[in-house]
Amino acid sequence: MNNPYLQEELLRMSGVDPKKCMACGKCSASCPAYDEMEYHPHQFVSMVKNGDIEPLMKSESLYRCLTCFACAERCPRGVEPAKLVEAVRLAVIRQQGANRLKAQDVPALLDEEIPQQALVSAFRKYAK
Amino acid sequence: MQRIGVFVCWCGSNIAGTVDVKAVAEALKSEPGVVFSTDYQYMCSQAGQDLIKNAVKEHGLTGIVVCSCSPRMHEATFRKTAAAAGLNPYMVEIANIREQCSWVHKEMPIGTEKAIILGKAAVAKVHLNAPLTPGESPVTKRALVIGGGIAGIQTALDIADAGFEVDIVEKKPTIGGKMAQLDKTFPTLDCAACILTPKMVDVAQNEKVRIFSYSEVTEVKGFVGNFDVTIKKNARYVKEEICTGCGACVDKCPMKKVPNEFNLGMDNRRAIYIPFAQAVPKVATIDPNACNMLKNGKCGLCAKVCTAGAIDYTQKDEYIEEKYGAIVVATGFNPISMDQFDEFAYNQSKDVITSLEFERLTNAAGPTAGKLLRPSDGKHPHKIVFVQCVGSRCAACAEKGKEYCSKICCMYTAKHAMLTRDKYPDTEVYVFYIDVRTPGKNFDEFYRRAVEEYGVRYIKGMVGKIVPEGDKLKVQASDLLSNKQLHIDADLVVLAAAIEPDKSARPLATMLTASMDTNDFFTEAHPKLRPVESPTAGVFLSGACQGPKDIPETVSQAGAAASKVIGLLAKDKLTGNPCVAYSDEMMCNGCSSCEKVCPYGAITYEEKEFRMPDRSTAIRRVAVVNPAVCQGCGCCTVTCPSGAMDLRGFMNSQIMAEVDAICK
Amino acid sequence: MKVSYFPGCTLKNKAKALDEYARRSAEALGVTLEEIENWQCCGGVFTTARDEVATKLSSVRILKAAQEKEQPLVTVCSACHNVVKQTNHAMQTDREFADKVNRYMAEEAPYNGETEIYHYLELLRDVIGFDALKEKVVNPLKGKKIAAYYGCLLLRPSGVMKMDDPENPSIIEDLIRALGAEPVIYANRNECCGGYILAESPALAKKNSNAVVENAKAAGAEMIITACPLCRYNLVKNGADIPVVYFTELLAEALGVKEDTNE
Repeated sequence: MNNPYLQEELLRMSGVDPKKCMACGKCSASCPAYDEMEYHPHQFVSMVKNGDIEPLMKSESLYRCLTCFACAERCPRGVEPAKLVEAVRLAVIRQQGANRLKAQDVPALLDEEIPQQALVSAFRKYAK
Repeated sequence: MQRIGVFVCWCGSNIAGTVDVKAVAEALKSEPGVVFSTDYQYMCSQAGQDLIKNAVKEHGLTGIVVCSCSPRMHEATFRKTAAAAGLNPYMVEIANIREQCSWVHKEMPIGTEKAIILGKAAVAKVHLNAPLTPGESPVTKRALVIGGGIAGIQTALDIADAGFEVDIVEKKPTIGGKMAQLDKTFPTLDCAACILTPKMVDVAQNEKVRIFSYSEVTEVKGFVGNFDVTIKKNARYVKEEICTGCGACVDKCPMKKVPNEFNLGMDNRRAIYIPFAQAVPKVATIDPNACNMLKNGKCGLCAKVCTAGAIDYTQKDEYIEEKYGAIVVATGFNPISMDQFDEFAYNQSKDVITSLEFERLTNAAGPTAGKLLRPSDGKHPHKIVFVQCVGSRCAACAEKGKEYCSKICCMYTAKHAMLTRDKYPDTEVYVFYIDVRTPGKNFDEFYRRAVEEYGVRYIKGMVGKIVPEGDKLKVQASDLLSNKQLHIDADLVVLAAAIEPDKSARPLATMLTASMDTNDFFTEAHPKLRPVESPTAGVFLSGACQGPKDIPETVSQAGAAASKVIGLLAKDKLTGNPCVAYSDEMMCNGCSSCEKVCPYGAITYEEKEFRMPDRSTAIRRVAVVNPAVCQGCGCCTVTCPSGAMDLRGFMNSQIMAEVDAICK
Repeated sequence: MKVSYFPGCTLKNKAKALDEYARRSAEALGVTLEEIENWQCCGGVFTTARDEVATKLSSVRILKAAQEKEQPLVTVCSACHNVVKQTNHAMQTDREFADKVNRYMAEEAPYNGETEIYHYLELLRDVIGFDALKEKVVNPLKGKKIAAYYGCLLLRPSGVMKMDDPENPSIIEDLIRALGAEPVIYANRNECCGGYILAESPALAKKNSNAVVENAKAAGAEMIITACPLCRYNLVKNGADIPVVYFTELLAEALGVKEDTNE
């Protein structure tokens, strides 16, 4: 990842301004996926702000965020960390061959009851 | 033709750094009427002022232009200088070449060019200046204090101490305000009631002070030194002068389930009540929304048991009109509603409370007689979580929280946590904080004691969700320093709710024509140099109505406001501002436009007799300006369709001359 | 009255009950749901990235179809509602995005978010009214203690969804009251079930789903109702031991139209 414009790109596509963050930690306090994440919502904000993006791109944390928007809803400064997590994930899976979820993975997921919505959503989130 | 002197100030390098002051003085020399032009390092210094005085004498100057800082800084200084040299002070004009020129430009040629233009405009204006003489008005030697909390009480006591009469208007049945609800006060931990109630008694017994409790201000007219105020005394259905405060009526009242405001609804009071034991005035009040007698004429028990015969079910609201020389606003604050923050489950669990509710729960006169018990089941809590900054420093959306820091929460939370650990060593106490802000005398030491001596567990992080389940509150929070998410099963959660100005402040500001900021805090005349005065003359600010503050700060501000009031009331006459509007009656067409836009109510209309060209007389309706009320804002002059309104010192012709000089 | 209706893919397959009971109840309440023709999947999730255009086009087409019929658009599935509503909001507020979409679609008239969108719950509350609904109830669900499960999609982001207070909602509770049952308030009703995370971490979905069910049960719930097929799937799959049903099923039962009379 030698994209010098990466930070700018992430901020532009997410519309997030990490400078607004006052480091209260309410995002990470609200996150239902916290314990499964290596980097937590507040770290996404501060690491993107500092340009320390590569570790985030390599992290499994990208695929643990539920986009449930609790962090964004409760942030007292309107930072919306979930949008930043999504932007970093897109920066990864938009690359050639970087899809997280592939068609051949699907049969393993299926059961009698699983709603179509689950598969469609997962593809949207994990593949481009 | 005027003989004008021009004085260009360097203001050290403030102006001279970006404006070639010598070139400005030189350029203005050739303006019509200018007979003398010079520059000097600090024109406001004694030497600078002497330079002006000497020039007036030597060159026979009739008008002065000072090219310097904003007129808000030194216009008064140079007017005094002119007066000392025998000139009318209103023959001085300031060209602001600092704030509006040197400070906003970076390059010398541009700055210099603009300074010359501003100087030319001032010269053009001085040509049309006329000597003005300010009028005088008397001063009513009585002050009004609106709000009877610690701010209002202290201000009233200090004014009364100087020998002036003061009235306190308090909307609640008793004075005392928020401080009366507190248990202990930081950082010395003296009991709030012990230090407040003597002051309440002082104020009640002071011959110079009248207290209008259960009352509100409904109308304010007039101006500094001469306010006419209407006070509405709400019917309390008890004759205040007769009631002895014995409480027999309260004991007999059958309406026992009225939420008690003083304990924030955590217990009940009767329909007739005395808010608390040390209330001032100590008289009963009937709540008309709860009293059966007032609602449907059935009951009347309180009247039967009152041996003094103080109960009066027919009492009506009473309106009192009074004159004041000065008004002090001390309307205080309230914690914000927690309705918008239900991630903390305030509406779902009785055991999630605000800090003010915690004060009542630990207060000996509170609903639990000072024992810290859970509101839900009356059990002693063993694990308590305090959450700081609930709604403070919140910029996400305006309906939700407040963008400012509420200032008092860090300290009172430290106090709550420390006192809990002191009294109940078997409790675990957590405080979630974003920053701990303790800038005050002995404040940080206090907070550190809570951590180091009392073992309060301060965690840098925030609570994100509280889930009441069973008899526990499952607190999900972040610990940023350990980079962990914490899950604490708490028994009690205390929210440090942001504070906001009392809701009565906004309509009051409109009545007083006093300005407010976007948060409804009253604005001070100058944030540093005039912190207790409103920009509206004669209106002063005391306590949290101006911004969040703790008790020591409130008391100092209250004293400062009192000293400003005393300074005003000590004068027998006030000198007005001669730069006021006046109407040319011959041109006025009586349209009332000016009357409608005047924010101060300074314009009235009168029927006057005029001689017409054919020598007949006609009665016409014309505008008349009361110069004592007019603040010289100029709204009327720009509204007047016939050009009859003009403003002394800022006449339309003067403004046009300035514009012409700039556009030349 | 007639409204445009977008059922979405799951309601045509695994969540037929949600769709069927919605249609029958609407008829009983005097509202005809006219299904949009040739609709495509909403996309399942709204991609928050502003430069993502193609994945949002199907939602714009749904909205445009309703606009052409001059009808408000009604959705039932929480996910569809969230995606369509967020897309509409982007069309209203993000000029750059809307221009890109309109140029790509090259329709005669551009679309700028004019369509009014109601979730079926909002249709009940804001158009029909819970009081009017109460009068149509023939089988009041007396004595049932029911927990409303909102999840995340209906409420957040609240600035866009504008359905209810995101932390203390009441729309489903008010519906439960209108149907004659007793709502159970519990804090986890607006927490996420885990959603599509089941593809990545079934354990996380289990943890979240169990927390919801346990909290609802602790508050005394005998049943959970939801508007989202994925929420229902996660809750049931992860061992909910009280019934988890679609809100439309409960509605149809109370209105007396649960059994199909046409068959």
